[in-house]
Amino acid sequence: MTLAALEITSSYYLVLAAMVFTIGAVGVLTRRNVLVMFMCVELMLNAVNLSFVAFARALDDVTGQVIVFFVLVVAAAEVAVGLAIIVAIFRRRRHATADDLLALRG
Amino acid sequence: MGFPLLLAIIVTPLVGAVVVALLPAARTEVAKALGYAFTGATAGLCGYLLWHFQTGDRGFQFVYDQPWIPGLGVRFTLGVDGISLFMVVVTGLLFPLGLLASEKYITHRVKAYVAWFLLLETAIMGIFLTLDLIAFFVFWELLLVPMYFLILGWGSARRKYAAMKFFIYTGLGSAFLLASTLVLGFLHQADTGVLTFDFRTLADWNGLTGTAEVLLFVGFMAAFAIKAPLFPFHTWLPDVHTEAPTAGSVVLAGVIIKMGAYGFVRFSFELFPQASVDLAPILLVLAVIGIIYGAVVAAMQTDLKRVIAYSSVAHMGFVILGIFSLTVIGIDGAVFTMVSHPLTTGALFLLVGMIYERLHTREIGEMGGMWNVAPVLTGLFIAAMFAGIGLPGFSGFVGEFLSLAGAFLYERPFAIVAALGVIFAAVYMLWPFKRAFAGRASGSVARMKDLDQREILVVVPLLALSLFLGLYPKPVLDRIEPAADRAVRNFERKTDYRSPEESRDRRDTERRVEREQRRAEAREGEQ
Amino acid sequence: MNASDILDYLGIIPLLPLAGAVILLLAGRRIGEPRAGWLATGMMALAFLGSLVALFALLSLPAEGRLQVNQVFTWLPAGTFSVGMGTQADPLSVTWLLLVTGVGLLIHLYSIGYMHGDPLFSRFFAYLNLFAASMLILVVADNLLMTFLGWEGVGLCSYLLISFWYRRNDAANAGKKAFVTNRVGDVGFLLAMFLIIATYGTLEYTAMAPAAEIISAGTATAIALLLMVGAMGKSAQLPLHLWLTDAMEGPTPVSALIHAATMVTAGVFLMCRAYPFLEVSHDASVVIMWIGAITALLAGTVAIVQPDIKRALAYSTISQLGYMFLAIGVGGYEAAVFMVLCHAFYKGCLFLGAGSVIHGNGDNQDMRIMGRYRKFLPVTAFAMVIAWLAIAGIPPFAGFWAKDEILVEAYAHGDYGVWIVGTAAALLTAVYMTRLIFLTFFGNARFEGADAALAVPVVSGGSDEGDPAVATAHGPHGSDGHDGDEDPFEDHPTVVFGEPPRPGRLHGHRPHESPVLMLVPIVVLAGLSAVGGLLNLPFGKLDFLHQFLEPVFEGAKGVKATTAQKLTAEGLSVLMALIGVSIALLVYRRGLRSPDRDPLVDRLRPVSTLTGSAYYWDAGVTRFVGGPGERGASWLNRVFDARIVDGAVNGTAWLFQRAGRAASRVQDGYVRRYALGILLGTVAVVCFVLLWAGR
Repeated sequence: MTLAALEITSSYYLVLAAMVFTIGAVGVLTRRNVLVMFMCVELMLNAVNLSFVAFARALDDVTGQVIVFFVLVVAAAEVAVGLAIIVAIFRRRRHATADDLLALRG
Repeated sequence: MGFPLLLAIIVTPLVGAVVVALLPAARTEVAKALGYAFTGATAGLCGYLLWHFQTGDRGFQFVYDQPWIPGLGVRFTLGVDGISLFMVVVTGLLFPLGLLASEKYITHRVKAYVAWFLLLETAIMGIFLTLDLIAFFVFWELLLVPMYFLILGWGSARRKYAAMKFFIYTGLGSAFLLASTLVLGFLHQADTGVLTFDFRTLADWNGLTGTAEVLLFVGFMAAFAIKAPLFPFHTWLPDVHTEAPTAGSVVLAGVIIKMGAYGFVRFSFELFPQASVDLAPILLVLAVIGIIYGAVVAAMQTDLKRVIAYSSVAHMGFVILGIFSLTVIGIDGAVFTMVSHPLTTGALFLLVGMIYERLHTREIGEMGGMWNVAPVLTGLFIAAMFAGIGLPGFSGFVGEFLSLAGAFLYERPFAIVAALGVIFAAVYMLWPFKRAFAGRASGSVARMKDLDQREILVVVPLLALSLFLGLYPKPVLDRIEPAADRAVRNFERKTDYRSPEESRDRRDTERRVEREQRRAEAREGEQ
Repeated sequence: MNASDILDYLGIIPLLPLAGAVILLLAGRRIGEPRAGWLATGMMALAFLGSLVALFALLSLPAEGRLQVNQVFTWLPAGTFSVGMGTQADPLSVTWLLLVTGVGLLIHLYSIGYMHGDPLFSRFFAYLNLFAASMLILVVADNLLMTFLGWEGVGLCSYLLISFWYRRNDAANAGKKAFVTNRVGDVGFLLAMFLIIATYGTLEYTAMAPAAEIISAGTATAIALLLMVGAMGKSAQLPLHLWLTDAMEGPTPVSALIHAATMVTAGVFLMCRAYPFLEVSHDASVVIMWIGAITALLAGTVAIVQPDIKRALAYSTISQLGYMFLAIGVGGYEAAVFMVLCHAFYKGCLFLGAGSVIHGNGDNQDMRIMGRYRKFLPVTAFAMVIAWLAIAGIPPFAGFWAKDEILVEAYAHGDYGVWIVGTAAALLTAVYMTRLIFLTFFGNARFEGADAALAVPVVSGGSDEGDPAVATAHGPHGSDGHDGDEDPFEDHPTVVFGEPPRPGRLHGHRPHESPVLMLVPIVVLAGLSAVGGLLNLPFGKLDFLHQFLEPVFEGAKGVKATTAQKLTAEGLSVLMALIGVSIALLVYRRGLRSPDRDPLVDRLRPVSTLTGSAYYWDAGVTRFVGGPGERGASWLNRVFDARIVDGAVNGTAWLFQRAGRAASRVQDGYVRRYALGILLGTVAVVCFVLLWAGR
């Protein structure tokens, strides 16, 4: 099996992105620790970023890469705010289990 | 264009509201002083407006016109005519008096109170002065905010309920108003290609089909009838009146509930003439029910403030009756009532507020014998009460008489039934009065103090003005009439409606005279 | 300045008492007790002088030129319709001016004595002056709407004066009832004005006669009858009479001035002004004639058994007013005006005399425990006897001429039905007045026995009744020191029919005569009742009033009675008067054997129960309003308004609230579940796009 036969098409990236995304999504849905959930959200974001880059390469269109930059910036902002919130929650209740945060209940 | 007077009338209280809001909360006396200064300045501008208003001019005066949201064809157009003139002037008069009446009652969060009160004045002035439908809607909605916070912040026990009811109920009407406004604008655009919400342009446009006109009329009516308030949309009024602070009640009864009637004359009449003519009987029926029903229910109240609140329902019935009589005399009377009702009912609400400050109750059953201990209060109450009943000599009678006369010209049964309201008016005022003021004083009533100088100063101008306008209403009627006449002529121009003032009986009479003459001539010929 | 210039200033006359009222309302307390009264009286005197000037100015004009209208300013301009404020000087308005200011002046004078010591002395005179001003506006007006201004003004003052002693529940209620009942009439007045506006567009009096010519008879009938509804309210005609007897709760001078001499005649004035419509409409005339006749008769039957002196006089007033409307119905407008004048004299005298009696015997109004008062109140007794002869219709006193002119007119007009009813009412008049006079002034003295037998324990402080200087501080409005006394009748001075006799209120003292200030007006009015007939003697050219008023009622189809007709009608009515007096004398000559035994009442049972209770009309109305009426209104308030109308509003709110609650269950606060929702939603959208929309 040559290296050429093992050509890496964009579908590889997309499959990888889908897998990472799924890991992230399942993580968000199943884990209770807010910090871990937060990391899983980051996984999902980066999975999407990966697919954007893959598409940009495949379609030869730079727009996808531009969007990735936007997402990175937003993610950075989100990390800053999100971590701040998590720290605040830790300070208040010593642990951070998502199911205890029921203030949104109607 | 000279000095934008109307813009100044709207902006002055707004500036005041912002300035007061920026003050430190502890400086209550500064907030009060600024409140007096800005409401006083607005009143002065209104006085200037009244002085320079051209009597006999049928159109809009002091017009101010600026583009606002050009992309949507929204403009900021202001103008005043005989119908809005006095509403603006009365608003200008009531606000300083309202602040004066609040002196003792409002003791906490004075700064916020003054700021909201000033914002309320801006909204009301805007409603009466704008000639652009979108701007009108903006002010119409803006009104709800300060009113909501005034009730919630300084009201009585059930203020939360009342504030919410007021906001949602009148807000519901506004939704119909907005939808109808947009549909009207877009229909006009489809027809002429120009997107505009300018009232005068739309009034001149004559392209509505029958069904669309009726539907749009009903949409506008939803907003106006709730605000008016017309039976059966009146139940928010007593609740809000009882819970609102005195000054809020005065403004509410004085000008806010006039906005519905104003909307009918200003917008519904000119924009939807055919629908107005066609649906007038329905509104007349509701008005007549309101007159009788409001009076009967008022008589059964045990809360003095609710009595006056329900009496407002009856009075507004007379206003709607006059307006939808579609006669000059009736519209004259209705608009005159809109000017006079704030004076008399305002005085009554102020007096009830003063009683409440002394006895901490509004229940008639807990009063009794106030005549013994507070002769000045009683004397002023008697004057205000009979002014409200519509005793000739007070302004209330003039409006009521002309409204009824107009309705009688239009369709007699309405006027005949509505005239019975005159009897009930005496019942619902005199009965509570007897229970609250006659008899022997006991308990807290016996220790009650009579009015002081400040309180007399608040009430007397209103009653004096009511008495003056009752005996010499000509200056007001002369200024209202061209606008009323324009409204009726507008019907005659756009629809096949013909005012009965010129026709029917008097034509009958003329015909009979002619016939008699012919007969006399014939007899002479025989001889 | 010539006569017509003077008449242009007629408007000053109402302004004089108005100024007095304003001054007294603003500064009455500072002006203080006697001076406030004198100020008000002075204003009335000036107004009376002004009216005299107006009379002479009018007389100096030729008879057909006696009409001077002066528009002062435009009051209500609205569209094609406009009403002014102006004055109309003609014989009718000047007659009423003299009546109001003249009788008003006397009653003001009387009140200074009667109200002595009342803490609200100056306020009383402010109201009296305000009343006089309103009444004068009503009279001088040149159009219906301005008359309505005065009309409601007198209604307001009547309300204030009836409720003057507002601490008494009955007084406060009576004032309210008077105002509300009058408002019922006012609706008629208002509708009449609207009909006039709709028909010929102007409310001026001078336009009435030409208008009546051209409008249809049906419209004329409607206008006349609607105005009559207004007049029925103000002049206490059936069925709107029920406020007048309750109005006796007010101070007695008020009963004399407002509820006997002046205000209640406003309806007559109105119908006189509206005579052109009556001339056109025969139907309206017939209705008015019968309303008057039936009122005269029924009120008379009620009056003959009343135990309360003021109530008896009140029913008598209603009955006499009925005569006036009878006169108007048969076209005898001058006779009606003549009756108004004479009635003002003798009924004013009777009421003031009754006030003097009540005042002199400790605020007692129950005639059953009076008797023989001529010994104690000789001047009052003398004056009231003259007024009695006048009202009973004994020649040559005023009442004879006035009443008989009406009956003659009815007879000559051919309306025999009303003539018979009117003559029967004359019999009743003689009976109830004789009964009143004899129960009060003659027969046995029953106050002593009443005091001994029925007196409640007397509190020691009662001795001030004997001292004339202090005795004037009387009644419920007296010094507050009386509050401590447990007097069950202090708050209910009125004695209704069927009530047992009251304990005397003299507490061992004797009735006493009133001060001179009160006696002078009584005597003057008695003198006028004696000679009032001279105004209008039915002989040759001696009918001055008739000649004076004739130009006002131009075109009225009056009937000239023949001598035979005159003799028949007058003879029969004098006979009736004599029979009536004789019957009453037979029964009451010796007074009552015991205060609880009234022979007339006992002998006429059960009819007397029916008439004494005023045919239960008042009680029935009260019961209806207080029963089903109030229940209905209460239902509207509690059930319809609160549950149905507001219930619909709150129900809508409730519905949305419930829907929101239900929907909000989904929001359980578990973030992961929201995220799962988002995920599933996304999958659903993607599936939709791939499976359906992509195709």
